[in-house]
Amino acid sequence: MGDRQAHDHDDEHSELGEMDVRVRALETLLTEKGYIDPAALDELIDAYQTRIGPRNGARVVARAWVDPDFARWLRSDANAAIASLGYTGRQGEHMVAVEQTDRTHNMVVCTLCSCYPWPVLGLPPTWYKSAPYRSRAVRDPRGVLAEFGVALPADIEVRVWDSTAEIRYLVIPQRPAGTDGWSEERLAELVTRDSMIGVGHPLDPVAVPGGVPSP
Amino acid sequence: MNYVSHADLGGTTGHGPIEHEPEGVVFHHDWEAKALALTLAAGASGAWNIDMSRRSRETLPDYARLTYYEIWTAGLERLLVERGLVTAEEVAAGRALVEPVEVAGVLTADRVAATLARGGPVERAPSGPARFAAGDRVRTRSGPVDHHTRLPGYVAGRVGTVERVHGAHVFPDTNAHDGGEQPEWLYTVVFDAADLWADAPPGQRVSVDAWEPYLAPAAGGEP
Repeated sequence: MGDRQAHDHDDEHSELGEMDVRVRALETLLTEKGYIDPAALDELIDAYQTRIGPRNGARVVARAWVDPDFARWLRSDANAAIASLGYTGRQGEHMVAVEQTDRTHNMVVCTLCSCYPWPVLGLPPTWYKSAPYRSRAVRDPRGVLAEFGVALPADIEVRVWDSTAEIRYLVIPQRPAGTDGWSEERLAELVTRDSMIGVGHPLDPVAVPGGVPSP
Repeated sequence: MNYVSHADLGGTTGHGPIEHEPEGVVFHHDWEAKALALTLAAGASGAWNIDMSRRSRETLPDYARLTYYEIWTAGLERLLVERGLVTAEEVAAGRALVEPVEVAGVLTADRVAATLARGGPVERAPSGPARFAAGDRVRTRSGPVDHHTRLPGYVAGRVGTVERVHGAHVFPDTNAHDGGEQPEWLYTVVFDAADLWADAPPGQRVSVDAWEPYLAPAAGGEP
């Protein structure tokens, strides 16, 4: 977000250093007050760096690709279907799954802040939280998609979901052709974070290791 | 009008290009990870709710100049002082100067996984029947309000169609201001882009999730 020169700061410190000092001071204060357990901070960071990320969502999508009953469940009760794979909780309490089709391309934004389905996608990428995407996704979605390398035929409708409440949206991309007989695990490797926000497609099956058909 | 949100960005211009990043980049600096963790951990105090957090962040006067986790840090410092957990002098000093107040809870390391997995659902028992049903044409509130709200400016005063009824959810407009949860019916309302912007190409629709007080029947007056 824009102008980084506006900060009034001591020349001896870089801005990074300033934030380091400021956040460390806050941690010290809250620890001394007894409001936080410093060990919990490490647990929280570890959870979002190693455990709660877009590979979770990829497993949801891959299951939907191989299991029509699961896909139906996802459509009718995404919360329960996603919870059945173990993904629940903070910033994903009220999940809705939206499916890409031959007629409609879905994409998700939060114009008011940074709402994003944490249990299945982890923490949002910086661009998702920043003014350029938040401002333009609703105004010029085709232009935004083109910048992400998604060229849509004119006859495909674009549907933008602005997450203004606590409903969290997971986009279910279409299963790539040429993946007949693939295992769920292999299919999950094709599912990108961007394809589950609706600003990308799954990987091309011939482009991933092991994806090239045997001669 | 005293309440000004700097976060209502939908449809605004002049923000520069989108800077894409590959999957897997979660934090850019260690302090960002710490700022996230402090915010989540301090939330266990029960001294505020998510709507108050959003209010605290979106009303930061320098919101537009700050990076995401700078906003979170400033928002957290502000809430801690406003809710009486720390003093402004303590934030400046970076150490405790006065006795702590009693808080509802402290998030310990052993409870982190379960706490995240539980989350904080906001659906509540409705106090009455839903006013609208899927397919209803509705008009959104057009006037400005002097408090936190979740109706984006770019749909204000526009006509759309109710697509889905989600149940009664905690109402941010009151919950952000110590006014209680006051659950209201929540709807997904979808708009043709051409009804939002005169120059929008065909084949584009945009939806928002809107609470019942934001909406009126399209044929009637304003909500």
